[in-house]
Amino acid sequence: MNIPSNLKFAKSDEWFDAASGAVGISDYAQNQLSDIVFVEILVEEGKEVAAGDAIASVESVKASSEIYAPAAGKVTAVNSGLADKPETLNSDPYGEGWMIKIEGGAAGELLDSVAYEAYCAGREH
Amino acid sequence: MTYIPISPNERDAMLEKVGVKTLDDLFDAVPKKHRFPELSLPPALTEMEAAAHLADMASSNESVREHLISFLGAGAYNHYTPAVVDHILRRGEFYTAYTPYQPEISQGTLQAIFEYQSLMTHLTGMDVSNASHYDGATAAAEAVNLAYAQFRGKRKKVVLSPSLHPQYREVIRTYTQGLELEKVGDGESADLEADPEALTSLVDGNTMLVIVQYPDFFGRIHDYTKLIEDAHAKGALVCIVANPTALIMLKTPAEMGADIVVGEAQPFGIPLWFGGPYLGFFTTKKAYIHKMAGRLIGETTDNRGQRSYVLTLTAREQHIKRERATSNICSNQGLLALASAVYMSTLGKTGLQQVANLCYQKAHYAATELSKIDGFGLCFNDTFFHEFVLCCPRPASEVNEYLLDHGILGGYDLGQDYPSLANHLLVAVTEMNSKEEIDTLVEILKEME
Amino acid sequence: MATTSTSLSAKIVEPTIFELSSPGRLGVTMPASDVPEVGLPPKELLRSELPLPELAEVDVVRHYTRLSKFNYSVDDGFYPLGSCTMKYNPKINEDTCRLPGFLYTHPLQPIETVQGNLVLMYELQEWLKEISGFAGVTLQPAAGAHGEFTGVLMMAAYHKQRGDIKRTKMLIPDAAHGTNPASAGMMGFSVVTVPSDERGNVDLKALEAACDDTVVGMMLTNPNTLGMFDEHIEEVVKLVKDCGGLMYGDGANLNALLGIVRPGDLGFDVMHFNLHKTFSVPHGGGGPGSGPVGVSERLVDFLPSPLVGIVEEGDDDIEPLYGFVTPKHSIGRMKAFHGHFGGGLVRAYTYIAMHGPDGLKDIAQYAVLNANYLQAKLRGTYTIPFDRICMHEFVAEGRFEGSDVRALDIAKRLMDYKFHPPTNYFPLIVHEALMIEPTETENKDTLDKFAEALIKIAEEAKSQPELLHNAPHTTPFGRMDEVKAARELVLCCWLPEGYDSEK
Repeated sequence: MNIPSNLKFAKSDEWFDAASGAVGISDYAQNQLSDIVFVEILVEEGKEVAAGDAIASVESVKASSEIYAPAAGKVTAVNSGLADKPETLNSDPYGEGWMIKIEGGAAGELLDSVAYEAYCAGREH
Repeated sequence: MTYIPISPNERDAMLEKVGVKTLDDLFDAVPKKHRFPELSLPPALTEMEAAAHLADMASSNESVREHLISFLGAGAYNHYTPAVVDHILRRGEFYTAYTPYQPEISQGTLQAIFEYQSLMTHLTGMDVSNASHYDGATAAAEAVNLAYAQFRGKRKKVVLSPSLHPQYREVIRTYTQGLELEKVGDGESADLEADPEALTSLVDGNTMLVIVQYPDFFGRIHDYTKLIEDAHAKGALVCIVANPTALIMLKTPAEMGADIVVGEAQPFGIPLWFGGPYLGFFTTKKAYIHKMAGRLIGETTDNRGQRSYVLTLTAREQHIKRERATSNICSNQGLLALASAVYMSTLGKTGLQQVANLCYQKAHYAATELSKIDGFGLCFNDTFFHEFVLCCPRPASEVNEYLLDHGILGGYDLGQDYPSLANHLLVAVTEMNSKEEIDTLVEILKEME
Repeated sequence: MATTSTSLSAKIVEPTIFELSSPGRLGVTMPASDVPEVGLPPKELLRSELPLPELAEVDVVRHYTRLSKFNYSVDDGFYPLGSCTMKYNPKINEDTCRLPGFLYTHPLQPIETVQGNLVLMYELQEWLKEISGFAGVTLQPAAGAHGEFTGVLMMAAYHKQRGDIKRTKMLIPDAAHGTNPASAGMMGFSVVTVPSDERGNVDLKALEAACDDTVVGMMLTNPNTLGMFDEHIEEVVKLVKDCGGLMYGDGANLNALLGIVRPGDLGFDVMHFNLHKTFSVPHGGGGPGSGPVGVSERLVDFLPSPLVGIVEEGDDDIEPLYGFVTPKHSIGRMKAFHGHFGGGLVRAYTYIAMHGPDGLKDIAQYAVLNANYLQAKLRGTYTIPFDRICMHEFVAEGRFEGSDVRALDIAKRLMDYKFHPPTNYFPLIVHEALMIEPTETENKDTLDKFAEALIKIAEEAKSQPELLHNAPHTTPFGRMDEVKAARELVLCCWLPEGYDSEK
């Protein structure tokens, strides 16, 4: 389970990089979803979002999930390459798998990498 | 014990293994005061008795093949179904099979429905077809669901053509009663003779979908290209509800720019059957695949390198999305999609063109001859395919009563749905109506006082 | 779209109808026109191409016959699919639903000309009312999910009519079928999930906490998808009704209750029937189904229209005249025309007529006996999480200590033993669930063989897990690449080059 220490995590499994404003889904999430086949990003550049707003929709072969903004702010970039290569979310969730970038607003309730690791460990049943 | 293959000895051995004394003991969890009710139903018939009883009921009807000459359409049509269709449908491997969730042992169903999907895209010109909806009306309602999901609920208006089948408009209203949508365009004061472009004035930035019919409910053929361009300019989607027989001859809705094309495929190998089950086809542009409800079959390979087919993109559906699903639909019309595929394959391109041509020619002959009768005329001037509106000198209901006395189903009394058209009959003619039948209709109407 | 295809590199077992086509071949042809010819519509209104197949009749028949042989079906063998009730489909039903008097009647014909159809529908309405203890029945909905949506619409209309508009929450157990929350969602309701307790009943404490005046009602399947008859059904119903909610019954599992108990008597307000489960209408490879809905007295006025009723009373000499009636506060029309008359209603009518009250009770008794017998045979080899007398189905866990074999592998391996797998991965609350419903139309030998196969597979899971991971081995096709199907979407047939041109 890959959990980079420089990132913050939401309990709904999004990661947030305060430095770049990038948002994506965690390694735990892509593993749970398994083979992702469809990504739809619901916001455009310039849109204001609140923490907790749905910003994307993801479907895998056996599951479906909404992705929520881990922070508030203005959307400054959208990774449009994901539409053609949804599997990037599986292969590189923290790198090429970034979904949008947000700038300027307050973060929502986020866990640091240590707390997120513990949280994930507690969910295995 | 009609179909139950367990003998009394076997039953006793099984009860012992389970650890209860009698069958009734299995139901201890059921509240005692409600257990084992006496059902007031007729005693069981044997197969022979049931066959006779059902035969009696069926023969007490007057059907369109055995007793009545029919010119009744209005959404369900009397077409010839080649014998091959029912022979294939009666194969137990097809009709007693389950939904193909285990593709390794369901390739018959999966490939047949994949071919059905392909046939429907070729017929409509659209990019993709799902594995079907319950009927044309619910398919139209699902088009509204798709548009609603596409705009994520932010656009709330649907423009309905007044010449969309009345029952389809009713179903759309029933389906969307929980969504607080504005439905406009088909009010009582709607101008039935206006061009389709008249609907454009109702399309705005809040409109998610415009729905029109092709040919329309009155049988008229319109080119919706301009309407679609204008609707697209406002960001709205357009759904065309199409008759499949007409599509064999006419310009495809795809060429006009339609986003969604749905319709009733009953004319393609499915009997009139007093209204159901029928077959709703649903096709769209590529862009809407993920918002489309219903089952979808895609091609792949198996682990032996064989080309095969599976239910795909299942994460769209209710068993995964649950309350976030576009629609709750679970099943498709499986066996009937197979029927329509076999129909299209058996007649083939040439046979289907012959069917469409016969419908067209006979309908035009009927229209010409009927409009020569004193007091009767063609109500609308537009080009039509196989249905047209006949103006009568008396209420259509009276004309139909008179015709029925002579063994003829005259057509649909439009006064039932359109107050301004009480003297108007919607007449449908198919390849099943011989020249003699049409001449008989004309003769009998001539004699009407 | 999608004229690319895996067919170029994969082995083609059976070509598509397009690949078998050859321009100029004729199938069934029509007679020449017998009326004077008129010109076609203007060219701008005509299509230019019609890319449809051209085959001779023999080729069509062979193609579909070959395809049919790749299918497993009830006529082939056992289908222990939980909550699907894959019982035998009687052949007499195939004949009765195809009687010409039924086949060739148009839905819009004058009622006087179709009294046979209307009497059949009316009697079926009455029979379904009697079987389930309801005051009204609609035969219009096309399938179970359609019936559910109908039910939810009626529940909403009922509350709205009483001005009770703050009710927006639907209570749904965690074991529920996906169509339940989806139906509630279509109405704009939010879903409150109610957990099950360790005996597989609805958790009463959780239910009590959730019941308040913002609840529309509860959608409950009883017996539930674990095969359990809720031991506190009366308390569940009371809690929901006391807070002003309505009880919706998902009738998918009615096979266990015929002649045993009537949902209406237990206090349910509305329930959909699955004629293609309980009443032997065949599944057709995915449809058509038929989903009539029964309602209690307080919902009768909200039924969809039209309903079949007596429009003119008869007397000693004349039969009553049957026709269509519109309930006073009808929610509207659920589909065009009257419902699945030919495929569903006639078959179900024939079926009920051939069973009578005693025959129906036999169905439930033997469906439940068969399920309990299988459960007893598998106990010890498979973990049964809710281990008490079950109804017509039960759930086992498809996994074993010390093995990485999962329900999926067991399901696939069963096909090598010539059985269709049970339902797997449902209900969601059991890990690696295998939901097994034998139905009453299986004999003891079949059940014994099935149990033996499952026990043998349990052994194989420990001694030869790879055999299971790669199963099935003896079926016409092997495991599918589902990821490829979803990522490389090919949803239409590939057209060979030069498809349309005469050779």
